Amino acid sequence: MAVAQTQTIVPQRDGIQASVVNDLSIQVATVNGSGSQSSNNVLMRSIFQMGIPTSGKNLFPSNIAGLPTWFTIRASKRGYVGCKREVDILIAMNPQTAREDVETLDPGRVVLYEERLKLSGLRDDLIYYPVPFSKLAAEAVRIPRLRKLVANMAYVGSVAEFLGIEMEQVEVAIAKWFKTKQKAIDLNIRIAHMGAQYVRDHLPKRDPYRLERMDKTRGKIIIDGNSACALGAMFGGVTVVTWYPITPASSLGEALTDYLQQYRTDPETGKATFAVVQAEDELAALGMAIGAGWSGARSMTSTSGPGISLMSEFTGLAYFAEIPCVIFDVQRVGPSTGLPTRTAQGDILSLHSLSHGDTAHPVLLPGDMAECFEMSRQAFDLAERLQQPVFVGSDLDLGMNNWMCDPFEYPTEPPDRGKVLTAADLERAGEFARYRDLDGDGIPYRTLPGTEHPLASYFTRGSGHNDSAGYSERPEDYVQLMDRLKRKYDTARELVPQPVIDLRDEAVIGIIAYGSSDSAMEECRDQLLEEYGIEINYLRLRALPLSPALKDFVAVCRRVYVVEQNRDGQMADLIQLELGEAGTKIRKICHYTGLPLDARFVTEQVIAAERPS
Amino acid sequence: MALRTRARKKKPKKTNRIGLSRSAYRGHPSTLCSGCGHDAITNQIIRAFYEIGVNPYSVAKMSGIGCSSKTPAYFMNASHGFNSVHGRMPSVATGTMLANRGLVCIGVSGDGDTASIGLGQFCHLLRRNVPMIYVIENNGVYGLTKGQFSATADDGATLKTGVVNELPAMDCCSLAIEMGCSYVARSFAGDPKQLVALLKGALSHSGTAMLDVISPCVTFNNHPGSTKSYSWAKEHEELLHQIDFIPGFEPIAAVDYPEGEAMDVEMYDGSVIRLRKVDMDYDPMNRREAVRMLHSSAAASELLTGLIYVNPVAKSFLDTLNLCDEPLVSLPHEKVKPGPEILEQVMKDLM
Repeated sequence: MAVAQTQTIVPQRDGIQASVVNDLSIQVATVNGSGSQSSNNVLMRSIFQMGIPTSGKNLFPSNIAGLPTWFTIRASKRGYVGCKREVDILIAMNPQTAREDVETLDPGRVVLYEERLKLSGLRDDLIYYPVPFSKLAAEAVRIPRLRKLVANMAYVGSVAEFLGIEMEQVEVAIAKWFKTKQKAIDLNIRIAHMGAQYVRDHLPKRDPYRLERMDKTRGKIIIDGNSACALGAMFGGVTVVTWYPITPASSLGEALTDYLQQYRTDPETGKATFAVVQAEDELAALGMAIGAGWSGARSMTSTSGPGISLMSEFTGLAYFAEIPCVIFDVQRVGPSTGLPTRTAQGDILSLHSLSHGDTAHPVLLPGDMAECFEMSRQAFDLAERLQQPVFVGSDLDLGMNNWMCDPFEYPTEPPDRGKVLTAADLERAGEFARYRDLDGDGIPYRTLPGTEHPLASYFTRGSGHNDSAGYSERPEDYVQLMDRLKRKYDTARELVPQPVIDLRDEAVIGIIAYGSSDSAMEECRDQLLEEYGIEINYLRLRALPLSPALKDFVAVCRRVYVVEQNRDGQMADLIQLELGEAGTKIRKICHYTGLPLDARFVTEQVIAAERPS
Repeated sequence: MALRTRARKKKPKKTNRIGLSRSAYRGHPSTLCSGCGHDAITNQIIRAFYEIGVNPYSVAKMSGIGCSSKTPAYFMNASHGFNSVHGRMPSVATGTMLANRGLVCIGVSGDGDTASIGLGQFCHLLRRNVPMIYVIENNGVYGLTKGQFSATADDGATLKTGVVNELPAMDCCSLAIEMGCSYVARSFAGDPKQLVALLKGALSHSGTAMLDVISPCVTFNNHPGSTKSYSWAKEHEELLHQIDFIPGFEPIAAVDYPEGEAMDVEMYDGSVIRLRKVDMDYDPMNRREAVRMLHSSAAASELLTGLIYVNPVAKSFLDTLNLCDEPLVSLPHEKVKPGPEILEQVMKDLM
């Protein structure tokens, strides 16, 4: 097996090294609940404000306070936003993990650490910078409780000094983070400067890492996927939002609640043009969304794996009775409680056919922030067009991490409210059969409760029914209904977002990825080309049902690797089912550590298969 | 067969205040067992909605799963109906009312659907005070699956097969009061006069009106040894009061009752529930007294019926959520989609 090339920096004790500019990752190891969120955010934004493409990933425990947490900031001049496996600069603040964190570094890397941790004796192939952060904090602040919080801002100043982050940008970022709290702003700026000053006074630079101003972030935003989805839902005109707290989906419901309160309260009456309900469980959350969708509202719920399991029965009802609603699944590691604060794409098969009996659901798979926004809006159109639950399959990596992207474009197209008949329509038509397929696309017409017409009412049920919504156990009625639902799924095939395909001349190998896995693919393809000379065709799936374009893509490839973040290759299985014989070309690359996918992992897997030694 | 036609004198049809005849409130023929208590309740629902003059187009009929949950198909065909999943009608009804506050919502459930599988959703519906009528057709057994006990079966009650229930009964009325329900009534399918008055009162209530109606299952739970049979209920029924309902659109009859003999509860829409004394003074607006009465009647193996508790001014869930007056489903898209300047502002904050 070929050994993948990794970037290795050999320390040179005479201090002469090639500099590494704008291509590094900083990992901050702190204790959960110690207030490091502010300092990490300030550090990330300071780099971003220097025009350097930046992303931030939070690796946190399922715990309120006291357990280790890591925040990784990547600065990449090439604009790579995926996870970088190697840590270049470790900021070690947590005594619990400091030793292990240091042990796992590649040679030549930097350790900036709390002096008291005494780490320099652990290895002799690293560059150590001890800073007495807590002493600095104690000098600056009398109140012990505050000291711990501000000590974290001191490392921002120190690392800024080492790397060449402009202190003005640190100040701007601090002001932005603490908003109107002037005292906090002043204090934090002071501490950051103390951290920088200490480095200037005591620690000459011995490492090659530098950050230099670029112009690659002008006009860009930094946002997390849950906020992006929340915005998409609001601009999609959602009116009923029901949810039950669960990591990593809670911040979607919370962000949406904040946005709705701010922007969807009627300025004249002070009343809400929306309803948000924190339900008693996920069953009730979906039940409410279904009741609202049945009545004609744009309704949604957001959850993660365990909630999806609980929503199984209701999803079947909404599928069979044909009721629109949108379900966000911010996936985390399962099964069961699993790793609640780690990322995965393990719900694909569940979402595809949630509930008993024959079911199949449209699933939108956003791959970046713009798509989190756009697909969240679009999901409401699709749900109402198709009259069925539509899933938006996000994940923890997309949902809770910080991503740089262009500002979202205002959606200008009118909403698609689907086939809804008003009293006037009924009057003109002279007849109404709720489940009759008049257009051949499998999608029937519906009326809403409250429609003032003798033809309007019908009885909605999860039991067998004929096309007039009457109770039926007749075999032919059941077959007709199930076949129509399948027809509808085929209609959905054309309506859902189509894959993004990038074919390269000479390429015979293909990769298929989706969702957050996409973030590693550009870098992975560059690695395969630059390091191994392998060109790669790439297809990014954006939805289920699978597009007919998939077959054409596989046809032009000799082998196709399906990259995803679950153990069994769930999407690969669906693809193989879809492809039939051509499915033999499919290979699985499965990443299921709970950590975000990194390009190097995929590159190594492809090379191991393509160039076995 | 030759078709015979005969000229008949048309009798002017009797109509209600919105000009509809009683037939406008009918549903499909019942498919329940002949003599089922549920059908008697269905009749009173039809009667109450007809006599009050509720617009059937504005009614949403909700249910879960079970014999009781089939009944929305047997009344008001002109209304939209929703037979959802077992024990989960409350959430579906909640969503319906959030979306369209202009609807009149009636949910029909059973004792299994409410007190066994659906206990959680039932409690939370009451906590929220969602504006709807929630009728429990309580027979103590699962009919559709052939007669297993439900959670409201009394301790010591027997099935036809001789199986004895050894678990305590869930009392939906005490539970409802604990959960903050603002209209709690118990009735009996064999007492149409009381039931229709309680249903009318429920129609004029602003929050959740819960009616626990003992509704004997003639097939599986109407034998000696049952405590949900017609004969048991008739023998053990204790009326809290006689109930008259005077709708807001009718003048309140100036009948003089001797001091302490009658009590008027004024509902939020101006209707009045008049409670006439039977044996004792009873104030249904006293929550603690209501709970005490339920406990003591249960201890005495009585079937206490009437308006057990009411709070006519309890805040409904829609008000708690500060919902706009216009139903959310009727808001035009421009009202629910903020303008480009809002998105621009949000984006600027993220730069």
